Amino acid sequence: MTKSELVLAISEKRTDLSKKDIESVVNTIFDSMRNSLIRGERIEIRGFGSFTVKHRDARTGRNPKTGSPVEIPPKRIPFFTVGKELRERVNGDEE
Amino acid sequence: MTKADLIEEVYETVGFSKKDSAELVDLVFNTVKETLEHGDKLKVSGFGNFIVREKKSRIGRNPQTGQEIEISARRVLTFKPSQVLKNSLNG
Repeated sequence: MTKSELVLAISEKRTDLSKKDIESVVNTIFDSMRNSLIRGERIEIRGFGSFTVKHRDARTGRNPKTGSPVEIPPKRIPFFTVGKELRERVNGDEE
Repeated sequence: MTKADLIEEVYETVGFSKKDSAELVDLVFNTVKETLEHGDKLKVSGFGNFIVREKKSRIGRNPQTGQEIEISARRVLTFKPSQVLKNSLNG
């Protein structure tokens, strides 16, 4: 399912709203979450999961082809941890 | 950031009432959860992909006692951040 298919699925449940408005809601949600991660915040959505930003120190890597050392700069990586409710639903656990 | 903050963002940005914004944010996450529950993946361009993966059963070990136990087959949800999201965290 893509974002536009998600918008379609939602608009079938809310036929009173335009697809354009639903698209704005979906975009606002993911844009806000991205901006929150850029600020380095943790996001917690109950029943869904949480997003955190992890830091990776700079290190010296190697070009696997030539074997020459390359300086890899420090970086921030987004991480997702699935929440209990969604983890159980995905796995088909009994309620 | 919590769901309350997302509701506030939808209220301010899209212009729905607080009540409608709250309902819509819930509806978005509920629809996402239904999709993933069915084993479908969700691809959000500019953010990332949520993918349900099938894990085979395997023999694990209790690290404290060393006792072997079977870890049953399961379905797990993974998130793969998009290159756009990864780049925007390292701007």
